[in-house]
Amino acid sequence: MRNGVIVFIAAFIALGVSWCGFVLAPVMQLGTEKQAAVLNSSDVYPIGRPGEANQGLQVYRANGCAACHTEQVQQSGFACDVMITSAGTNPPAVIAAWWRMQTNFFPNEMTQRFYSVIPNSGGVPQFPFERVRKEIADIAVESFQNVGAKAEIHIIAIGPDIERGWGLRRSVAEDFLYDQPVQLGSLRAGPDLANVGARLPDANWQLVHLYAPQALVKNSTMPPFRFLFEVRKIGNAPSPDALQFSKAFAPPAGCEVVPKPEAKQLAAYLSSLRADAPLYEAPFTPIMTKP
Amino acid sequence: MNPKENFDSNFGEASVPASRLVTSLASPIDASCRVPLLVLFSGAALWLVVGLLLSLAAVMTFHKPDMFADCPLLTYGRVQPAANDALLYGFCIPAGLGVMLWIFARLSRAELALPLVPVVAANLWHFGVLVGVVAILLGDSTGFVWLEFPRGGSALLFAAFLLIAISAVATFGQRRECELYPSHWFLLAALLWFPWIYSTANLFLVAWPVRGVAQVAINSWFATNLIFVWLALVGLGTAFYFLPKLAGRPLQTYYLALFVFWTLILFGSWMGITVSAPLPAWMSAASSVAAALTLVPVLAVAIITFKTVRGVPHGGISCKGEPFCYIKFGTAAFVLSALMLIAEACPQISRVIGFTWFGPAQVQLQILGFFTVVMSGAIHELLPCVMGFGLPFPKLVRLQHWLFMPGIVLWAGSLAVGGVAQGMKLGNPQTAFADSTAAALMFLRVGTTGLLFILLGSLLFATNIFIMTLKWKLALFKSLLAAFKAPLATPSASASLRRDRAVAEGKGGEVKP
Repeated sequence: MRNGVIVFIAAFIALGVSWCGFVLAPVMQLGTEKQAAVLNSSDVYPIGRPGEANQGLQVYRANGCAACHTEQVQQSGFACDVMITSAGTNPPAVIAAWWRMQTNFFPNEMTQRFYSVIPNSGGVPQFPFERVRKEIADIAVESFQNVGAKAEIHIIAIGPDIERGWGLRRSVAEDFLYDQPVQLGSLRAGPDLANVGARLPDANWQLVHLYAPQALVKNSTMPPFRFLFEVRKIGNAPSPDALQFSKAFAPPAGCEVVPKPEAKQLAAYLSSLRADAPLYEAPFTPIMTKP
Repeated sequence: MNPKENFDSNFGEASVPASRLVTSLASPIDASCRVPLLVLFSGAALWLVVGLLLSLAAVMTFHKPDMFADCPLLTYGRVQPAANDALLYGFCIPAGLGVMLWIFARLSRAELALPLVPVVAANLWHFGVLVGVVAILLGDSTGFVWLEFPRGGSALLFAAFLLIAISAVATFGQRRECELYPSHWFLLAALLWFPWIYSTANLFLVAWPVRGVAQVAINSWFATNLIFVWLALVGLGTAFYFLPKLAGRPLQTYYLALFVFWTLILFGSWMGITVSAPLPAWMSAASSVAAALTLVPVLAVAIITFKTVRGVPHGGISCKGEPFCYIKFGTAAFVLSALMLIAEACPQISRVIGFTWFGPAQVQLQILGFFTVVMSGAIHELLPCVMGFGLPFPKLVRLQHWLFMPGIVLWAGSLAVGGVAQGMKLGNPQTAFADSTAAALMFLRVGTTGLLFILLGSLLFATNIFIMTLKWKLALFKSLLAAFKAPLATPSASASLRRDRAVAEGKGGEVKP
């Protein structure tokens, strides 16, 4: 290449194309995103965080919590559970249909597992098929309905993160609609926090954990955030906000640990982290009754 | 078309022993770069030391979590981005710009154009970095990775970069040979790259933030284009200048370098959207494809380097610790770090190493192993020419190399291995989460030794640069004093003195008495 202008144009085109792809396109596709409908419900998702939690987001940003914590749950796919809600009038036929399908679909796997059984049904299992493909679940539901039972499909997200209890489904764009800045994080030196509000809803636990992580989680590598708290002499009466600690982490006698407003805001933010609405792009069936 | 013609044959002449007369021994072209380069490099050396000290403070959290529990300034989440930004914005970019200015002047066979502009810009730049790093430590970070500096700092950096780019392009415009050398392509593209990505990211994320996860896409695009593409453009541009010069043979080959340039800017700029991000699937798919294609320029870089250094004295992988070694090691580190980045974009592999210390390992290898090493090699080589006297402690160059090399292998290597160990446990939900962090902890602690080595090496680097600056200032002061004390010269004598000085300083714009 003989000419600087050619180099310039080459670089301009190369960068311009990727700019269109990863800046312009996302802004057009995602920048105008709105609330989404929650599946099987009239609710919309997400609803903005309360004010204190929003201030807590800024405490989270200022102290760089995202350097060690992600807020994105992964999912490797989804599976279906078949649930029989009513055994109908002919339970033996239901059981026979179940066994027939069992030998058809899983010939090598004559299961000895314990199945919870529908009461007074002569042994009709409540969950005849667990973690199966959608096609199998569809066939099963149809077959059960043919013999008079009522059955439904539960969609379950699967993957290591879900099994760890970090969430019920993968994180999607809607989860971050109102966050400014969006802090997904890229390193899990600490656990994922996308659903920490659902997992550890107690704000007091969060405060104690922020002040002395090792008091609650053994061998935790999290640095304590003692600068978000005030250790002060107990005055006439102990503060209602004072935190309680085990002996090893307690403040000196006559003193109490009181969270500063920043600590309370951060705890409020953490409690507000729950991405647990089933959405069209990340469906799952919220289950309350399953043992 | 023969690239050999573009070599500066007078490169070696300036390795003359130190002399009293500061201005007389450097060629006018080199001398014209002196002040801007000194400002850029001395600030950069300082930031390198500061950045590594902050890195050390950050990693200490994993030795003793409650070390800075009462000190908000040094909490991990603030120190860690401050350290990264001090290394990238404080060291890498100004060092790269300084080397770029010098290469442009040399390849153009012309003096640096507008030499005062980069001096002002360099001061602005370093002030901007100071503003940014202090703001991060005070909790005023923007929260976007690699873009943590608040508005004020970013604006200063942007203005300073444009000023330096003006001087660089003006120098480029003065060139006496029409044919472009491969380094020209890479460095010119870098001049366009940074202002574009930096302004885009700041406008869309900080000034008028877009809503929701579009921020994530833009932030990833910016980070990859800065850490991978920009550093590669400048680092490879520098390596492709010094490798043939130090090996004493042309780059092998011109057309392969052209191929690297095109494929790097076309594919590299599409990398960076992680497989896991909650973004439309086409984005991460496009990124993965781009990553696979980036394998092509990366392997081509390996071939170019190997073919260029093979069979020459001190070539191949033999190493004596001189600047040639720095460039060779740096290029090898680039190939490795790029392969790591490509591995991260592969869905099957990222399932294991995603969210682990493997990612930080790749970044550290790119910044410290590749860019810092190439730049310090280049600076060791060019500074004696520019100053007109040798390095005050030439032995420290070798010592620094022998501290950097094991340090980087230990630091980046243990982070990467620790990341894999962590990922194996993280992917298995039957293992407790605490086990996964514990798996990486031992490697982090071992890696700290490597970081200490790198820190020591950077201190040696800074020592050489600061003593050199000091010597130059002292000599400048002495010659000023001599000129002041000298008896009034007759008109004719003073005219000849002025002429001599003008020749020595190369029109002497910047070294004013």
